[in-house]
Amino acid sequence: MSRPEDTLSADIHYNDTEARKYTTSSRIQNIQASMAERALELLDLKSPSLILDVGCGSGLSGEILSAVPPDEGGPHIWIGMDIAPSMLDVALQRDVEGDLMLADIGQGVPFRAGTFDAAISISAIQWLCNAESSDISPMGRLSRFFDGLYASLKRGGRAVCQFYPKNDEQKKMITGAAVKAGFGAGLLEDDPETKNVKYYLVLTVGGGSLEEKGGDITGVVKGMDDVDILDSRIQKKSGKGELKKGSKAWIIHKKEQMERKGKVVKATSKYTGRKRRIAF
Amino acid sequence: MKVLSLNFLTCAVKTCKTQSDSYPLHPKDAELVQDDIELNEAFLINLLPRIDWKALSTTATELGFPALPSTPPTPEDLRADAKTLRDLHNLLLETQMVEGKLVCASCGHEYAVREGIANFLLPSHLV
Repeated sequence: MSRPEDTLSADIHYNDTEARKYTTSSRIQNIQASMAERALELLDLKSPSLILDVGCGSGLSGEILSAVPPDEGGPHIWIGMDIAPSMLDVALQRDVEGDLMLADIGQGVPFRAGTFDAAISISAIQWLCNAESSDISPMGRLSRFFDGLYASLKRGGRAVCQFYPKNDEQKKMITGAAVKAGFGAGLLEDDPETKNVKYYLVLTVGGGSLEEKGGDITGVVKGMDDVDILDSRIQKKSGKGELKKGSKAWIIHKKEQMERKGKVVKATSKYTGRKRRIAF
Repeated sequence: MKVLSLNFLTCAVKTCKTQSDSYPLHPKDAELVQDDIELNEAFLINLLPRIDWKALSTTATELGFPALPSTPPTPEDLRADAKTLRDLHNLLLETQMVEGKLVCASCGHEYAVREGIANFLLPSHLV
């Protein structure tokens, strides 16, 4: 699949036709909405909050923020930043509720310290990995963005950025830049190892309300359904390494494997894996 | 651009990051409109400690509003007094700046505001 990031910069790629296509396509609308809802769920906001929407585009994600009913802690007030004037133009025509700004997130986040309760970004930050001219570098853009974002979030605040990394290298570059800026960072993968895999970078600022939850993403997703925590910091106790070759457990494991492949396997009995009597 | 946002925006120019007068940005030739937005008490109370009251007073005076009280209301004031809440809501959320400029007092950079959208794009030598 082609990546628009590879060919043009965001402000040029999203011209009037692309912006309209993007906003009127029901498929994109559905995907964006479901991702925004997922991000909102990860933010776990309890009361009406001030939210920064990074790369708000035509306001598809912002609409979800404005539409949160009062009994679920809404409606939230949001401020959106985007670099593509055509997208903002569509947002104006759609009459979205949030404030809009034409700004390049790679140039920083021009808000004073501790402004926002939370930040959300849907399919935007991978654009930072591209440099269009020689006087800027992807690393510089990423660090300016994350530094600015870190400063503009209040303590205990959280940011959820859904993004489409091109490869593992880009994934590492983005998470590395976030950690360098001071965030507690974790990467959530929805539908891993499928074509529809979605990456959510969950960033936390300081301890605050998160402390009792362990202070990072593993605390964020704890208690959430269908989430497996893969934490490289926890030494794995179980696994294949423990099965000693030739042991009974190993033999049974192998037999199960063969059975799954459809091979004919002898039944397991009390004699399975037992040493033979010495013949002489 | 809501007045609320004006209370949080600073100048994006790199050399202004360390200057104290790069905040607040001063509205110039501002054209205002009033929008109807539903009153959201919980949001205002949540936001109140984060509002820079001095900057808000400056902005309000520059936009031609009557002078604000010298001290910010407390959350209890807002809960008790519907009028204060209403006024604050009207100023912060319902008042929108649709046309004009935002000027940084430190470097003099002018950020244009058109159809309510502020343009914060900078040439790369200023970043």
